[in-house]
Amino acid sequence: MSLLEIEGLEVTFGQGEGRVAAVRGASFSLARGETHCIVGESGCGKSVTSLAIMGLLARGATRQAKRMEFDGRDISRLTEREMSRLRGHRIAMIFQEPMTSLNPAYTIGSQMAEVRTRHLGGTKQAALDRAAELLGRVGITAPGMRLGQFPHQLSGGLRQRVMIAMALMNDPELLIADEPTTALDVTIQAQILRLLAQLQAELGLGLLLITHDLGVVARVAHRVSVMYAGEVVENAATADLFAAPRHPYTRGLLECLPIPGKVAPGAPLGSIPGMVPKLTPGFTGCGFRSRCSLARAECAAPVALRGAPHLYRCVVDA
Amino acid sequence: MRRSGIWIGGAILTLVVLAGVFAPWIAPHDPYAQDLTRRLAVPFWMEGALPEHLLGTDQLGRDYLSRLIFGARVSLIIGAMVVVVSGAIGITLGVLGGFFGGRVDDVVLFLITCRLSIPVVLVALAVVGLLGSSTTLVVAVLGLLLWDRFAVVARATTMQVRNLDYVAAAWAAGSSTPRILISEVLPNIMTHLAVVGTLEMALAILLEAALSFLGLGVPPPLPSWGLMIAEGRDFMFFSAWVIWIPGIALFTLVLAINLLGDGLRDLFGAAPS
Amino acid sequence: MASFLLRRLILAACVALTVLTLAFTLTRLSGDLAISIAGPSATDADIAIIRTAYGLDRPLPEQFLAWVGRAAVGDFGESFFFKARVSSLIAERMPITLSLGLTGLGIALLVSIPLGILAAVREGSWVDRLVQLFAMIGQAMPSFWLGLIMMIFFGLQLGWLPVSGTGSWEHYVMPGTVLAFSAIPALTRLTRSGMIQALASDYIRTARAKGLSRFSILFKHALRNAALPVVSIASVQLGFMLGGSIVIETVFALHGVGFLAWESITKNDFPVVQAVVLVLAVIYVVLTLLADLFNAVLDPRLRG
Repeated sequence: MSLLEIEGLEVTFGQGEGRVAAVRGASFSLARGETHCIVGESGCGKSVTSLAIMGLLARGATRQAKRMEFDGRDISRLTEREMSRLRGHRIAMIFQEPMTSLNPAYTIGSQMAEVRTRHLGGTKQAALDRAAELLGRVGITAPGMRLGQFPHQLSGGLRQRVMIAMALMNDPELLIADEPTTALDVTIQAQILRLLAQLQAELGLGLLLITHDLGVVARVAHRVSVMYAGEVVENAATADLFAAPRHPYTRGLLECLPIPGKVAPGAPLGSIPGMVPKLTPGFTGCGFRSRCSLARAECAAPVALRGAPHLYRCVVDA
Repeated sequence: MRRSGIWIGGAILTLVVLAGVFAPWIAPHDPYAQDLTRRLAVPFWMEGALPEHLLGTDQLGRDYLSRLIFGARVSLIIGAMVVVVSGAIGITLGVLGGFFGGRVDDVVLFLITCRLSIPVVLVALAVVGLLGSSTTLVVAVLGLLLWDRFAVVARATTMQVRNLDYVAAAWAAGSSTPRILISEVLPNIMTHLAVVGTLEMALAILLEAALSFLGLGVPPPLPSWGLMIAEGRDFMFFSAWVIWIPGIALFTLVLAINLLGDGLRDLFGAAPS
Repeated sequence: MASFLLRRLILAACVALTVLTLAFTLTRLSGDLAISIAGPSATDADIAIIRTAYGLDRPLPEQFLAWVGRAAVGDFGESFFFKARVSSLIAERMPITLSLGLTGLGIALLVSIPLGILAAVREGSWVDRLVQLFAMIGQAMPSFWLGLIMMIFFGLQLGWLPVSGTGSWEHYVMPGTVLAFSAIPALTRLTRSGMIQALASDYIRTARAKGLSRFSILFKHALRNAALPVVSIASVQLGFMLGGSIVIETVFALHGVGFLAWESITKNDFPVVQAVVLVLAVIYVVLTLLADLFNAVLDPRLRG
């Protein structure tokens, strides 16, 4: 049984005429101890998908899903109070902006400890001990001293390590990481990514990693979902996807990548012409058809995912 | 709600302005004419009201409605004049500080800090008390004391405008500093200053009423609303309407100006602070 | 931190000196003080005596320096009207004004912080609009008039509260409430906007992702950050309230510093007037300094 099972997730923002669909029927599943990447360009709905799973959508957003199960339990109908018992406890999340994601008014220790005492109870001291242990585990030196420090005293890379440690306070089964390295320096990015991969393997975490970077996908993902215009257009084991991409958009994306050995130095990289369509309420069918060289009439009708286990959402046979 | 704020506020303000401008033609009686046989006549909604005195009369038998209408003049003139004086001071200081920065800005900030530490009502009362009450003096004193918000907003908005591309372009094109200030900076910060203007006008009207209420504002027998409340004070426990009427007029006018200002602020976007 | 404090102290001293000069100039506006002190029935000889007695015959700069020198050690001279030391007059009346100011601030905070939080949590709803309307009404309310209306209603018609004087705590309820109205609009708006900003921040999203309770999210994580500007504005507002209490003290016949100032103004008692202006200005400066200090305690980023 998979840890997380999402089917037909839809998220819309706004109401009436101004309504915009951010996610239109995203489906994927994530097994225990698996790293699953959702990859796509900005605005494709990948971050919204992760927030929708957590129940953290902004006010004014509506969420619907055919199926949304965590550990066999339907989480689409949980109340805010029930959901808050799962969040930070069995499902944890880290964000893109380490500089602003920690509360400036409280120490690292206090912010880490409260998530433990909130869900598992116990003394504050026990929670602080656990926090110190985890800070060490995510590669922070002198964890005892860090506990007493405030966020502004830490660099961006350190803060993201703190966020990761804080997410692990209650041994979650699922960790959602929304572009955790995007806001960091390139060298730090690699360190954080390595740390995440290492922790995932050691702790047997289910890791749902949201990224726009196919390089990241190639390095850490077991399975990958490619999102475009609010839909999952392809879902496959990482190696299969890179070896034989089936959706025209995925192929376009891979052609944009400079892969040493495959692309000769100086050779022009690919690019995808056109723009992402505006997803107003009436929009149906493949979101990529206006940019696709293979587009035909039936692309305007809803396209189903097919070809298990290497799923793709295209009317053209791969 | 915001848009309706502009409309409601604007409509009330327009009405009061019209009443003030056309006071001699609208007012049913001479606001200064006393009739000691008809003192404290009650307004129309109470039993025994006199038909020729719609809002009754005051303790000297003067027609209350006429005094109220002429009182609008006092409030509006003082409010507007104070905005002109304080606006001139505050905008000049703020624009200079915001545009030149450095030492100039330090001086401006210092002046603003000094101004804020001065207790406005007390100093205004003291000056009027020492020099004798007159409308000009009230305008001068309040104008000299209420420029701080103009300066703060003008300074902040000027700093923003200064860094815009077209101002830099004007510099590069060799325009002189006063020219840039007047033709590039001022027009661009005007909307924010208009909002401050409404708020300061409301404040000035309230302060004038308070000064007049304490007997150190405009001199009697001028029909200032604050003065009317002060004069009605001795009778308020038996004839409460003598303070209700001018008080509600004052409150409504100030609320209308604030509604207008608030609506304008939402329309133009908040000023940086 | 130390250099920040030092800079603030120097600034405060400069401000105090400027206000000192202003307070001095203020009382010399009316021309010959000796004539106003001596009163209408005085002869030329009387005026000459008064002029020498008060040092008014000496050049202005000399008078100024002498006054500053004495004011610096808390000696503001003697009141013409009360025939008492100005410093002891002010010291005697200050407790009443401080009680009034603190009552006003207390009521203002008790009203505006919950209202601001409520409006922020329900941003855009009718509750929010109602709170904003309330703030706007408070801003347009003439304080002296509100005082009179409350007197009629609570004092006369309901008979719940004493109409004037300072005998008991009940005497401070009405004036305190009226005074609070001058600070409620600003404090409510500030709490509201601070909370809205805090609630939209990334660290609140983190707090929600941690599954914290709604109470902890609102009152521990959001309010702590929204409170920073409220604290500094609250102390500034207290300064404004002490300055503005002159109107309310007069309305309610509370014999505090404001009432003293008003009496002195009507009696041309200039040593008292300039001393009260100075004292209130210095209190304001001290309050803003305290606000900075308090902010530094609350905001770890300022501790450096």
